[in-house]
Amino acid sequence: MRPSASEPAAPGAGSLDLPIFEARSARAALAVFLVALFCLPCFASAYWLDVLCRIGIAIIGAMGLNLLTGYTGQISLGNAAFLAVGGYATAVLAGRFELPLFAVLPLSGAIAAIVGMLFGIPSLRLRGLYLAMSTLAAHFIVTFIAAHWDAVTGGVNGVAVPPARAFGFLLEDDRHLFYLIYPVAVLLLFFARNLFRTRPGRAFIAIRDQDISAAVMGIDVFRFKMLSFGISSFYVGVAGSLLAYQARLISPENFPVTLAIDYLAMIIIGGLGSVLGSILGACVITLLPELLRLLSSSLAGHYPGMVELFASVKMGVFGVTLILFLVFEPAGLAARWRSLRNWKKLPKIPAWKRSTP
Amino acid sequence: MEYFLQLTLNGLVVGGIYALVALGFVIIHKSSGILNFAQGEFLMLGAYVCVAIMTEARVPFAGAFVLTLLFSVALGLLLERVVLRPLLGEPIISVIMVTLGLSSVLKAIVQGIWGTDTRPFPQVFPIGPVMLGPLPVSQGYLWSLACVAVLLVALTIFFRRTRLGLAMRATADSQQVALSMGISVRRIFALSWSIAAVVSAAGGMLLGAMRGGVDGSLAFYGLKVMPVVILGGLDSIPGAIVGGLVIGVLENLSGGYLDPIMGGGVKDVAPFVVLVLILMVRPQGLFGAAQARRA
Repeated sequence: MRPSASEPAAPGAGSLDLPIFEARSARAALAVFLVALFCLPCFASAYWLDVLCRIGIAIIGAMGLNLLTGYTGQISLGNAAFLAVGGYATAVLAGRFELPLFAVLPLSGAIAAIVGMLFGIPSLRLRGLYLAMSTLAAHFIVTFIAAHWDAVTGGVNGVAVPPARAFGFLLEDDRHLFYLIYPVAVLLLFFARNLFRTRPGRAFIAIRDQDISAAVMGIDVFRFKMLSFGISSFYVGVAGSLLAYQARLISPENFPVTLAIDYLAMIIIGGLGSVLGSILGACVITLLPELLRLLSSSLAGHYPGMVELFASVKMGVFGVTLILFLVFEPAGLAARWRSLRNWKKLPKIPAWKRSTP
Repeated sequence: MEYFLQLTLNGLVVGGIYALVALGFVIIHKSSGILNFAQGEFLMLGAYVCVAIMTEARVPFAGAFVLTLLFSVALGLLLERVVLRPLLGEPIISVIMVTLGLSSVLKAIVQGIWGTDTRPFPQVFPIGPVMLGPLPVSQGYLWSLACVAVLLVALTIFFRRTRLGLAMRATADSQQVALSMGISVRRIFALSWSIAAVVSAAGGMLLGAMRGGVDGSLAFYGLKVMPVVILGGLDSIPGAIVGGLVIGVLENLSGGYLDPIMGGGVKDVAPFVVLVLILMVRPQGLFGAAQARRA
């Protein structure tokens, strides 16, 4: 299941460069979508605004993880830890040093990037499952520090984060935060999409596909792995920072190890090595428990036991979804979307004659 | 000194259980290259099933123990067939993720059936400590240590002396050669999953009996196994046993001496600090074959 790095160039495209957009129509469609998206807060209820904001944050975090895992082939179970680093950095920078928002966001990302690269060092010698273990250890070590460094992190009680402030506005509720989170997300997604048209981005993919050949071709594997860890953790740190601004109070409980698994599930379900996949996966994994909650509250009238079962149903549905995707659609929703979109371009072959892609 | 001995002994008892669970982990990894993140849930499920058999069917502990092990064999076979086999040959991340998905399904099943409250484990081992020299030791600890030792010896004999054990070791060495010698590699995979489920369930039951109750926190033992197998070497059975005992003692000592200074929780993080150090210095662990290479 080597995910294809990016879609093939549009036919007739003059240069050999990968286009950011496959066709002019895609650009127009995206513009319409973005306009619609930014009108959304006018209609959404407080509940859905909260969900939308969490989706936006998840998209940034999932994109970051996908840069590392999907594009560079390095498995990380430490995503929740790097989110925590970004979140606590924000609490300190904005709370104690009262830095402005537009300094806090990149600085939180940068601090997370440094910590991420630190735990990426074992990747010099290790691949695959060993790296999964080392990042898992990173998770427990970071959350231990968060729970014990009372002076900075507030220990198990957590630390308050002042509301974000930009251009003289106080971004207090989700409606305001929406207009912070989504522009940042769009910016970072474009950066990611563009990254894989550049030298470092191509190097990441080469390392994922075959690290020895990458080295033979003159790619400094360790340097680019570190770079990938850095960029990825930067994204995750920014997501953590936004999460802190939204939650306003963060404690180690905000960053359980299951959160890291959620993020991995997002990029698996969405599609490894795909920008669109990161978006779709973040939507699915964030919406799944919300939809189950709606379902269970509507069923609660008939089956009063439903509410108690909710936690386990949520967990079970999550696991089953993940397993079903891995078994039946390992390339994720992004691949499904591509094949759906290309449906009318394909020659008509009866379904039973087609081999699965 | 007495405090030190007490901590060491507790560490050995818990470490023995780590060794059991790590053994299951290593067996799966050796035969099929899969990293099983659902090992802790096997342990938890085993403990819950044992409690259910003892309280609902009123079977004595020895009987419930055996029945639970049989259940675990079936569970291992089923999961291997339904979940893991379709993923053979897929990249490592898919296989890791499928065991993570499995762990959340198993947790959901346990919570759905038995709820989240701690369930009391019927009194199995006689209460009251035995004096071991100057040291008062709970009888449950000694029983548990004995059970672990018996299981470990039995498994070692199985690997060294039986045809099936030989076939498993052959498969671990080279699947192709094993296939050409007429060994059914698929059956070996299935067998390794059932052994892993069995040893974890045994660990879970002993833990439950020692703690006097079972709850969701038992699943955490599955993650504790990671430092153990890294220390011992991912592909080494003696390594799993030694690593389990070492990590068990180490976490108890560090918890016992550092908790008052650092304010709790050292026990849970110390093994992972060891993990990172080992990965940086000697990634193949104490007994593992040097496979990790400079990439």
